[in-house]
Amino acid sequence: MTALADVVAFACLLAGAVLCLTAGLGLVRFPDVLSRMHAGTKPQVLGVLLVMVGAAIRLDGWANAWMLLLVAAFQLLTAPVSAHLISRVAYRRRHVRRDLLLVDEFGPAGHQDLRYRGDEPGDAPPEEDGVLPQPS
Amino acid sequence: MTIVSSLLYALIGGGALLALVRLARGPSLLDRVVATDTLLVIIAAGLAVHAALQRDPTLVPVLVVVSLLAFVGSVSVARYIGGMLLRSRTGDGSDLGLPVAAEVREEQP
Repeated sequence: MTALADVVAFACLLAGAVLCLTAGLGLVRFPDVLSRMHAGTKPQVLGVLLVMVGAAIRLDGWANAWMLLLVAAFQLLTAPVSAHLISRVAYRRRHVRRDLLLVDEFGPAGHQDLRYRGDEPGDAPPEEDGVLPQPS
Repeated sequence: MTIVSSLLYALIGGGALLALVRLARGPSLLDRVVATDTLLVIIAAGLAVHAALQRDPTLVPVLVVVSLLAFVGSVSVARYIGGMLLRSRTGDGSDLGLPVAAEVREEQP
């Protein structure tokens, strides 16, 4: 029984470690911020979940299992929020390779950014000639 | 056992090294934010693997702290860069007031 549990735990840990290596490879090889973020979030959800399952099997005792479950829940809650913020700032600051985009729902570049479309500082249009354009 | 443990450490260490490469080379500040986020997640995975291999639950509370720190760091830096947009004087999003490391280089298509 313990041998079977160890095999399952090591399989989960190996899968999580392979996802970590995949994230590193994707970070180095991919061309712009959005695709690098796509690669970098692989271990943030699935990798951390697999590693936590493996560690919870190896560390017996409910206290450790609850704390590892807390880590997994934090990752599941916080990964979409940070990814949303980073990708929005990347789009606003033109750090996106627009020739690689298949669908660009914000329209052609330069039209949407000149309007004030949000309540965050990152949504503000850039100044022109040192004057903040007034939202119409 | 030793083969599996060394393989696990090699995979996680390779991922961390590649994330460090992107952290050093990344042309813009946002690439470095993404690389830092991924690096902290890989560090948390390495701590969990160490705890699982040694059957040592001492490092488990550190995991909670590391996972929360990754979130707070990336969100605060992303909002800081968003605030920098207010000071941008050029219309095409290339900011004059930013340090050189924050600018994206000209990419050759």
